[in-house]
Amino acid sequence: MSRYVLRFFALGYLVLLLLVPVGFVFYRAFEHGLGAAWEAVTTPQALHALELTLLIAAIAVPANTVFGIVLALALVRGRFKGRGLLNAVVDLPLALSPIVVGLSLFLLYGRGGWLGGLAEHGIKILFAVPGMVLATMFVSLPFVVREVVPVLREIGTEQEQAAETLGARPFQVFRRITLPAIRSAVAYGVVLTTARAIGEFGAVSVVSGKIQGKTETLPLYVADQFESFNVAGAYAASVVLALIAIGTVVGLRAFQPKEVH
Amino acid sequence: MGISVVEVTKRYGDYPALRDVSVAIPEGSLTALLGPSGSGKSTLLRVIAGLEEPDAGQVLIGDEDVTATPARTRGVGMVFQHYAAFKHMTVEDNVAFGLTIRKKPKAEIRTRVHELLELVQLEGLAKRYPAQLSGGQRQRMALARALAVEPSVLLLDEPFGALDARVRKELRAWLRRLHDEVHVTTIIVTHDQEEAMEVAGQIVVLNDGRVEQVGSPRELYEQPANEFVMSFVGPVNRLGDTFVRPHDVELLLEPEGEGCAEAMVERVVHLGFEVRVELVREDGQHLTAQLTQEQAEQLELERGQIVYVRPSRETTFSAAARRPGRQRSG
Repeated sequence: MSRYVLRFFALGYLVLLLLVPVGFVFYRAFEHGLGAAWEAVTTPQALHALELTLLIAAIAVPANTVFGIVLALALVRGRFKGRGLLNAVVDLPLALSPIVVGLSLFLLYGRGGWLGGLAEHGIKILFAVPGMVLATMFVSLPFVVREVVPVLREIGTEQEQAAETLGARPFQVFRRITLPAIRSAVAYGVVLTTARAIGEFGAVSVVSGKIQGKTETLPLYVADQFESFNVAGAYAASVVLALIAIGTVVGLRAFQPKEVH
Repeated sequence: MGISVVEVTKRYGDYPALRDVSVAIPEGSLTALLGPSGSGKSTLLRVIAGLEEPDAGQVLIGDEDVTATPARTRGVGMVFQHYAAFKHMTVEDNVAFGLTIRKKPKAEIRTRVHELLELVQLEGLAKRYPAQLSGGQRQRMALARALAVEPSVLLLDEPFGALDARVRKELRAWLRRLHDEVHVTTIIVTHDQEEAMEVAGQIVVLNDGRVEQVGSPRELYEQPANEFVMSFVGPVNRLGDTFVRPHDVELLLEPEGEGCAEAMVERVVHLGFEVRVELVREDGQHLTAQLTQEQAEQLELERGQIVYVRPSRETTFSAAARRPGRQRSG
């Protein structure tokens, strides 16, 4: 009996909090038919926003994946001073409000900031793609690290040492032993990183300047459409965002190792 | 090839894991490093393997000083307590790993892997994953993997420690036979004196980072160098400054001859063929006697009964050999 109560409660909670709102977006997007929705997301402005979102993700996700793996290895296997501090700093993006992240980048690269001089040398960070990439990398940094660290701890070093005694060089050990062992964790970290990179609003909104057709990502576009009372366009673009997220999850399933548990 | 460890010292921070250890392992032998946990036996093995760097001293394999040689080029095969199986590879790929790394021709690898799987009796399981094997099978796979690269030295770090008692016993006997077949110089680390005695031709007893004694199982048992070795290689009664093995305690119903002491039976434990009698002497000292079932039946031992104990053989150590962990010879 209590089993059913628990199940009902868990399911009800999910339905009310997640499925109903998202479902409504889908419903409203296709309210006036597929054609209307298609038209709304194929305007030049919408297409540019989509392109920009994908571009930013295409830079931020691989960068944070590589960095995340290296950092996780350093945190778990490394023996250096300040490891505890580094471990805490990695979580900073999770603790900070994205708007604060955006503001901090603004202060650093803006006029009078430490790196504000870059703009005078023709390197435009703020109100341009580089700043948006930086903001996205900042907020999506912890996901791969946080997924990989516990797995690295769990697998220990025996397999790696065994490979070493069998003649493998450090890079061969990493590629043939460590990487396959953490593959699932990396994949899951990539999914979370991608989702965050594509969906990021706050930090990107501050550094982008929200210039339509120039520095407007898909989430910014959704907000923009919503604020200018083009609700249909906002819903349709939201659906695109949701589909990208679902696509990421499904796509990465294919990369799951064929390992037998 | 033989192995020489010369005056090796290893510290972990302030903790001395090995203190000036020297050991010679003859070529083709099966040597056990025996000691309690924290005695330095695993550290010594890892120093030989090249997985730990000694703070001082040298390691020689054959005539070559390998102290500065990395593990991957030392030509050692290593087997770990928890198998260290490559979980994402099949049994066959696990065994082939060292050969694949060395870029051997595919056909050669296949033949060699097949031979090895036959040697460790895993022929039918080549396509399985480690998770589908039992602990004993996984450890045999690990052994085949280590042997695949034709190591000059085989190092086993508590290889049967994670297995249940029955499988452990089987694998010990199997390892002994395997060694007779393969003849590679082998070192096995264990904390189990019975295992060391059963498997090894030579035993190195370690305690507190030092070598206490080196010898054959029989030498260690019959001529222990000091108190530590005496009490570590078998059960022992300590009566003042003398040591008596339980099977050297005679039980008599009447006092007879010299060295007899009155004692009360506290408990009689039947272990099959063997019967263990726990006693307390009139001076309050506790001791254990080991009898055969037949002897115990003749005496008709009961709890609370008064008997007379007489050590048929006892050992005393010089003052220098008395304190465990401080002395290397008695």
